[in-house]
Amino acid sequence: MSPAEQAHGDLKLSGLHKRYPNGFTAVKSLDLVIPQGSFFALLGPSGCGKTTTLRMVAGLETPTAGTIEIGANDITHEKPYKRPVNTVFQNYALFPHLTIAENVEFGPKRRGVKDTRSQVKEILELTELTEQAAKKPAQLSGGQQQRVALARALINRPEVLLLDEPLGALDLKLRRAMQMELKRIQEEVGLTFVHVTHDQEEAMTMADTVAVMNEGRIEQLGTPYDLYTNPRTTFVANFLGRSNLVKGTVLGREGSGDDEVVKVDMHGTVVSIKAGRVHTDSSEGWIGIRPEKVLIQPAGTPVDAPGGYFAGAVVTEASYMGTSTEYRLRMPWGQELICFEQNTGRRGGLVPVGTQVDVSWRPEFAFLLDSSQDAEAGLEED
Amino acid sequence: MASLQRVFGKNAAYLLIGPAAIWLALFFLFPMLSLLTTSLSDPAGNPITGYDLTWRIQNYLEALGDYWPYLLRSLLYAGIATVLCLVLGYVLAYAIAFKAGRWKTVMLVLVIAPFFTSFLVRTLSWKLILADNGWLVETLKALWILPEDGRLLATPIAVVAGLTYNFLPFMILPLYTSLEKIDPKLNEAAADLYASPFQRFAKVIWPLSLPGVVGGTLLTFIPATGDYINAELLGSPNTQMVGNKIQALFTTASDYPHASALSVILMVMIVAMVLYYVRKAGTEDLL
Amino acid sequence: MTRLGRWVGKHLMITLGLLVLLYMYIPNFIVALMSFNDASQSRNLYQFQGFTWDNWLNPCDPLGMCESLRVSISIGLAATLVSTIIGTLAAFALVRHRFEGRSTMNLVLFLPMATPEIVMGSSLLALFVAAGFGGQLGFWTILIAHIMFCISFVVVTVRSRLGGLDSNLEKAAMDLYADEWQTFWRITFPLVFPGILAAALLAFSLSFDDFIITNFTSGQTVTFPMFVWGAAQRGVPMQVNVIGTLMFLVALGAVIGGEVMSRRRARGRVRAAS
Repeated sequence: MSPAEQAHGDLKLSGLHKRYPNGFTAVKSLDLVIPQGSFFALLGPSGCGKTTTLRMVAGLETPTAGTIEIGANDITHEKPYKRPVNTVFQNYALFPHLTIAENVEFGPKRRGVKDTRSQVKEILELTELTEQAAKKPAQLSGGQQQRVALARALINRPEVLLLDEPLGALDLKLRRAMQMELKRIQEEVGLTFVHVTHDQEEAMTMADTVAVMNEGRIEQLGTPYDLYTNPRTTFVANFLGRSNLVKGTVLGREGSGDDEVVKVDMHGTVVSIKAGRVHTDSSEGWIGIRPEKVLIQPAGTPVDAPGGYFAGAVVTEASYMGTSTEYRLRMPWGQELICFEQNTGRRGGLVPVGTQVDVSWRPEFAFLLDSSQDAEAGLEED
Repeated sequence: MASLQRVFGKNAAYLLIGPAAIWLALFFLFPMLSLLTTSLSDPAGNPITGYDLTWRIQNYLEALGDYWPYLLRSLLYAGIATVLCLVLGYVLAYAIAFKAGRWKTVMLVLVIAPFFTSFLVRTLSWKLILADNGWLVETLKALWILPEDGRLLATPIAVVAGLTYNFLPFMILPLYTSLEKIDPKLNEAAADLYASPFQRFAKVIWPLSLPGVVGGTLLTFIPATGDYINAELLGSPNTQMVGNKIQALFTTASDYPHASALSVILMVMIVAMVLYYVRKAGTEDLL
Repeated sequence: MTRLGRWVGKHLMITLGLLVLLYMYIPNFIVALMSFNDASQSRNLYQFQGFTWDNWLNPCDPLGMCESLRVSISIGLAATLVSTIIGTLAAFALVRHRFEGRSTMNLVLFLPMATPEIVMGSSLLALFVAAGFGGQLGFWTILIAHIMFCISFVVVTVRSRLGGLDSNLEKAAMDLYADEWQTFWRITFPLVFPGILAAALLAFSLSFDDFIITNFTSGQTVTFPMFVWGAAQRGVPMQVNVIGTLMFLVALGAVIGGEVMSRRRARGRVRAAS
């Protein structure tokens, strides 16, 4: 019986903890269920514990505590070569002394499959590598090597396929193409893919479910749409796209059910935030709004949004980027906000730097985060 | 490796390192100890019956008093040869690393290839090149560089030339390894920032090649100091180095205690100089 | 400036480099030339007397020379075999394990490379004499000494190859259902093998060419370098130059052959990359 048939079902991590001998805790009591057949992404900055998590699932790292199960089988202490799990390594780790075909049949051969020819042929076709079968890895381009790494893992039909920054070494264009390709292959074979990446765009375009990791913990888990539109922490708000975060004082709640809103005083103006988008109980909070939801209009002309607006902002910077323009606005209280505006042509030009503008947004797009969190968390340092 | 560790358990490392450790302990460290005790033994014994350990420090004083010119000559010849090797070796290593293009591998092979001919045979051929009636001496005489009765063979020049020739590859290979790692774009960047060719070399290439310079000079200087073959084959009794003396004391004179004392002095001298030099060059991680 | 001047300026370093290389080859030219020297007429052996094939046709004429060659080759092979095995194991220990005494071991391995041969040779002689083996110096004592100084060079060579090995390859093999032994024999060993081979070649050439340490530990046994040394006092037979030239040609042929083979393999690689 092949390892792939021993265990079936969801990948379940319970209380998974990893502390290195040097005292660094990479993963902190992680609980996670990855449904069978899903395309799951672990997203986070380097050092957040996502790769350690992956390596523990692969068996290349031993957890300090906790269990890893596939279906009803506990594989926590199983050796790597006895797990129904395969990995696509970051730099592919193709065996340089073996041909592509030999690399691909390595797994089946070790598992005692006598005739691997048809399997190899099939998988090389799926990954469009048939013509490269007799070549050595060094003779292939980056994209081809990437596909070999994928084929070499897929041929084993693992319960879970782990992808460790699989596209990190490719250039942008090839990366976009391979993202589509990976998605297509995953849908075709129907295996569980766990994809580790620090590229938020990659995670969002490919995965059904994304878990954002930070400092060994999962900050938030959900569909790419949920994560982006309704982030629960400042880290997620900043790491996934960009956010304007403005300090506000909670005044109270109004309404009930779906219409329940929290009223927040923001530097003298009262804004309403839907209760489902409020992620704090304290009396202060960060009011968050995505830059593309921010609307501006030169002072004195009507603003295209319901409710109030903030007057007295000044455009301090305008960067034209073709499809959109990024404005920096100095608010009356001194803070700078960012606004992305689609260049629809409606305005007939850019808003010049120094222009007095009114600022507004639709209240249903705002969110409220806990004021004890760092407003700069998750911002990429550069 | 990690997987072998699982097979052999925790002691895998010791099983693997054991044979090398035992061999080097028995036939390198232990002999050194033996050399030390012999150097402190009574010279009255002989190699067949052995020597009595009498902690005779005088052996050292006598060795130093009698043979200090040999030690000095060794350091001088080896020092000059090392500097010559550095100049010649740097030129060739630089040419291979930056100018050889696709001939890089070929030139590297050509550097190593001569050394497959036994080095004694090659050193003997210098006797022919430097011979009194050879074309080199005749040419130098014709050019008035060498006086009418001048000669090359059996002079310090011949010994230093032999040392330089013999240890050149030990200089070239570490230099090449260092130079090869330097991105040629650094040179271009320095040129872009107004550095003249000489400044580019002095401020960019040379400092970055220092590990190779340190490694190469050590690999040249250490064996050159202990060498006695070049002095024996190309020199005269007046150009003998400390190696000649140690060898003669061991073989013809059978005076093991003094020979051992001289060996220990040479070793200590070299270690002291190497440590000083390495510290000065700031590359202690080399050791 | 003239065109010639510009050319020299541009190619100064490579020209100087080639001159240095030429200098390194002068003795080899002389050795090759002298292998055709007809020395039967004169006793001045350091001058070219006349052309002859005799030396090449009768290489074993000089008494004891080919016997010394045989001794050198057997010692070289034995020393290579033992030092390569011992050194390779040690290299694995040093690269793949963190154990107590590791840094001491690194130092002990470095020392023989930093010690003048005359000191090592004399210390071995002192030991053998002190241990009462003074009368039994010969094949075995030479072999022991050669293995000793070859080990360090083997360790350094294999260690650098092993250190450059991507440890992910072994992890990938384990991920692909290879157990520890399969991973070692199918992935680790084949990838480290070129380093082991290079180490063995180095060990052989070191052992074959050694004179100073051998001279101290040989007793009555005569290796090829010792034969040359002994002959140098009386006058070297021209056949020594035949052996020298032959060794050079064999080594060069082996290196060029290996290079041609790896180029042939690389050619397809270049095509795929472009």
